[in-house]
Amino acid sequence: MAKLMDYDRALELFEPVLGFEVHIELSTKTKMFSDAPNYFGGEPNTNITPVDLGLPGSLPVVNGQAVRYAISLGLALGCSIAPTSRFARKNYFYPDLAKNYQISQSDEPIAFAGSVEVELPNGRLFTVPIERAHMEEDAGKLTHVGGATGRIQGAEYSLVDYNRAGVPLVEIVTDIIYGAEADAPELAKAYVSTIRDIVVGLGISEARMERGNLRCDANISLRRRTPEGEPPAPLGTRTETKNVNSLRSVERAIRYEIQRQAAILDDGGTITQETRHWHEDTGQTSAGRPKSDADDYRYFPEPDLLPVVPSPELIEELRAALPEAPAIRRRRLKAEWNFTDLEFQDLTNSGLVNEVVETVAAGAAPAAARKWWTGEIARTANAQGVDATTLVTPLQVAQLVALVDAGTLTDRLARQVLEGVIAGEGTPQQVVDARGLAVVSDDGALIAAIDEALQSQPDVLAKIRDGKVQAAGAVIGAVMKAMKGQADAARVRELVLERATALPE
Amino acid sequence: MTTDLTRLTADALATKLSTGEVSSVEATQAHLDRIAAVDGSVHAFLHVASDSALAEAADIDRRRAAGEELHPLAGVPIAIKDVIVTKGMPTTSGSKILEGWVPPYDATVMTKLRAAGLVSIGKTNMDEFAMGSSTEHSAYGPTHNPWDLERIPGGSGGGSAAAVAAFEAPFALGSDTGGSIRQPAHVTGTVGLKPTYGGVSRYGAIALASSLDQIGPVSRTVLDSALLHDVIGGHDPRDSTSLTDAWPSFAEAVRNADVAGLRIGVITELQGDGFQPGVMERFREALALLEGAGAIITEVGLPSVEHAIAAYYLIMPAEASSNLAKFDSVRFGLRVNPKGGGTVEDVMSATREQGFGAEAKRRIILGTYALSAGYYDAYYGSAQKVRTLVQRDFAAAFANADVLVSPTAPTTAFKLGEKTGDPLSMYLNDIATIPANLAGIPGISVPVGLAAEDGLPVGIQFLAPAREDARLYGVAAALEALLEQKWGHTLLSQAPDLSPSEMNATDEGAV
Repeated sequence: MAKLMDYDRALELFEPVLGFEVHIELSTKTKMFSDAPNYFGGEPNTNITPVDLGLPGSLPVVNGQAVRYAISLGLALGCSIAPTSRFARKNYFYPDLAKNYQISQSDEPIAFAGSVEVELPNGRLFTVPIERAHMEEDAGKLTHVGGATGRIQGAEYSLVDYNRAGVPLVEIVTDIIYGAEADAPELAKAYVSTIRDIVVGLGISEARMERGNLRCDANISLRRRTPEGEPPAPLGTRTETKNVNSLRSVERAIRYEIQRQAAILDDGGTITQETRHWHEDTGQTSAGRPKSDADDYRYFPEPDLLPVVPSPELIEELRAALPEAPAIRRRRLKAEWNFTDLEFQDLTNSGLVNEVVETVAAGAAPAAARKWWTGEIARTANAQGVDATTLVTPLQVAQLVALVDAGTLTDRLARQVLEGVIAGEGTPQQVVDARGLAVVSDDGALIAAIDEALQSQPDVLAKIRDGKVQAAGAVIGAVMKAMKGQADAARVRELVLERATALPE
Repeated sequence: MTTDLTRLTADALATKLSTGEVSSVEATQAHLDRIAAVDGSVHAFLHVASDSALAEAADIDRRRAAGEELHPLAGVPIAIKDVIVTKGMPTTSGSKILEGWVPPYDATVMTKLRAAGLVSIGKTNMDEFAMGSSTEHSAYGPTHNPWDLERIPGGSGGGSAAAVAAFEAPFALGSDTGGSIRQPAHVTGTVGLKPTYGGVSRYGAIALASSLDQIGPVSRTVLDSALLHDVIGGHDPRDSTSLTDAWPSFAEAVRNADVAGLRIGVITELQGDGFQPGVMERFREALALLEGAGAIITEVGLPSVEHAIAAYYLIMPAEASSNLAKFDSVRFGLRVNPKGGGTVEDVMSATREQGFGAEAKRRIILGTYALSAGYYDAYYGSAQKVRTLVQRDFAAAFANADVLVSPTAPTTAFKLGEKTGDPLSMYLNDIATIPANLAGIPGISVPVGLAAEDGLPVGIQFLAPAREDARLYGVAAALEALLEQKWGHTLLSQAPDLSPSEMNATDEGAV
């Protein structure tokens, strides 16, 4: 295991310098350059055409919808849209790359020079500079068979599935990011989370990290701090961490690399420029392939495709259709919902803002929606190790809140109903009906239970009659127990006081 | 004895088919018989599709008998250059690396041929991946020139040109990246036209250099090329570089041929030094005929043309090095497993080592070098600048001339083996044809007679501005008529007889 330096100590000695490459798979109907369905979950090598297989003679044709999506994304990232951009061939041999070149964009990307404002958990606002966003095609998927690790080392043979080959991608490349300092891991997470919010808001990608719809390569290097007054040290050698498939991993991987690189540098060692592979299970990175700035992909303009020349009218049309930017939206929601800074921060950190928006839209009060999502639902999700959004729908939560508001359910009963909904027993109302969980509002049944409880505890009854109303607690508890919790405690209390005087001596 | 059907032009055969005088099966069988008789010595074909051709022909005959309205060319046999992907017929592009590959799809031009009811009789030989000017780089042995079997038929489309010249097919499809349709036409006494870039879909043409490649017709007459061009031309949504223009009928352009008042610019740089006297003699004679018919002959300069070959031999290999990367054994074609196994890289390397010929490797290496970091600007970048200069030169020249003219190639057919050891001298063969590919303009080669010193065919090349292919058909058809009027016969009627008896007598073995 690699030696790690204490995080705070690492920050004292070094300044972390970051850079991110985020790949977004666009949810178009067909692939980037062919009319094969843009769907790769099926039987291997079924969603393919001669173009996706790179068969001799086949030619690519640009997917117009993918171009529109890329322009929208570029605009949402505050980028300029190139009046003319061009595809280029990136040449390298790999069996998952059907043509042994990837059609990408090199020095003429469709979008360039933008920025994204992200909010860190501590409330700090940070502007991440965007160098470019460009279009390209995904590669096929390799499965290595016969090895212990499922990786290429030690495998007996490998299988290729070209269903993913040609899936449209936009790669968003940041400029070098300075100044994150100790917030670097949180910034990484917040940046990727913001990109996810943007693409989800645009409706251009499923953006599920665990499915690879959104992939982040995190570049990090450390720069040794110099005493004040002296010129800054040159930038350090960077590593590029891949395979970070969740927001949490992004944060952990950055923290790990800072600690790992700091330990090496402090020992007088050097950082190897390479890709690093993130291991979710061990929380470590391991060396991948060496990567140098001299990697020669022999880019040249793709002669099979014409330059992409979007009309100014199209760009303006897409600009006008952009949804609200996440930072502006956050400010608006916080004001509309009347949340405190801390409340909104908690919600943002939970990643459940959209769920609350939808729950409020379905009729719930913002406070109640927040309470359920960040409370009971988030706790359950955490315990089960799944995403909260997979457990219940915003509509179901709104229905649950409505039942509480109507007095049909107490909070305690509502938690049981939620459990039933999560277990797949149906809508909240169906769970209430099936489990018989509604609050007993029939006073007759309550009065009978209260009378019985009072008569079986004459000393308590006497105390109540003497005006010691706090003694009623014991009776209320017994009644609630008898009613199996399906009673409104406030109503029980009222009735207990009433019956205490009404009962014959 | 009935007319020898193989001697008919496609147009004449089409007429006999439409009147019912001849059936497509008869026409197809006649050409298959001719192939069986002479192709052992010519070797124009890599694959003869006898069964499927006869079945297609029978289908056309049946449809015609049923009263179905058919395309005028329906039932006429055609030969297909092996660079074109054909469903159900092996497609090798002249390379061992694709030996035995039967594509699962048709090139767009094939779809169009099939829709018109043309009968594909086979795939023709070519230099490997269309890299060459003689077919000597074919992995399956060279094609022989029907005018002299010891000489080259031109390249890369020597197979298509020789098949047409040897009466094995009335016409054929070729492809032209730097002259592969026009130069074989020149040395075999046939007609070949490279369309405007984007005029014919490249979908399904195995790419040599994507920005230069263009499929076009090869035939014995100008009209036959025009008729074929009318079938294969037009926009294809599967080829992004395909023009969306509506094209005029090229056959109409042939029928309305007239050169009166046409300004013909003779390219200063493409004559004289390095051009064979017999080639120049026929060239000047042709110009005199055109002038006599009312054309205005002027001289124009294309100063950048001297750099065209150098630029071409950077752009073409650069694109080829990338286009040929897909031949890696993973998905199709040859797979060579190194002894004792190995990684996927080892398998790719062994396959490419064994599957590619020397010329393909030479160009892959050249192109890889030209695109490399640190060399890109000096080589590929500079070559693209020259390309722009060539385009500007043409634009200026066409301001003063309607068409430009030059000999199609500097010499008549050279002997097989004469230049295989000297790639540079081989490359120089294409000096007159390459500029049109760099500029994306159309060019046609038409026979103008035989060179006095060797009795071999000579062609003349006309060039027109982009999208003006019809202009080429007009001037070429006019010249063809003037020449045949002067000679009293077609040029190809003078070609040596390749009858099997004579073959045996001279002991010309199959190659």
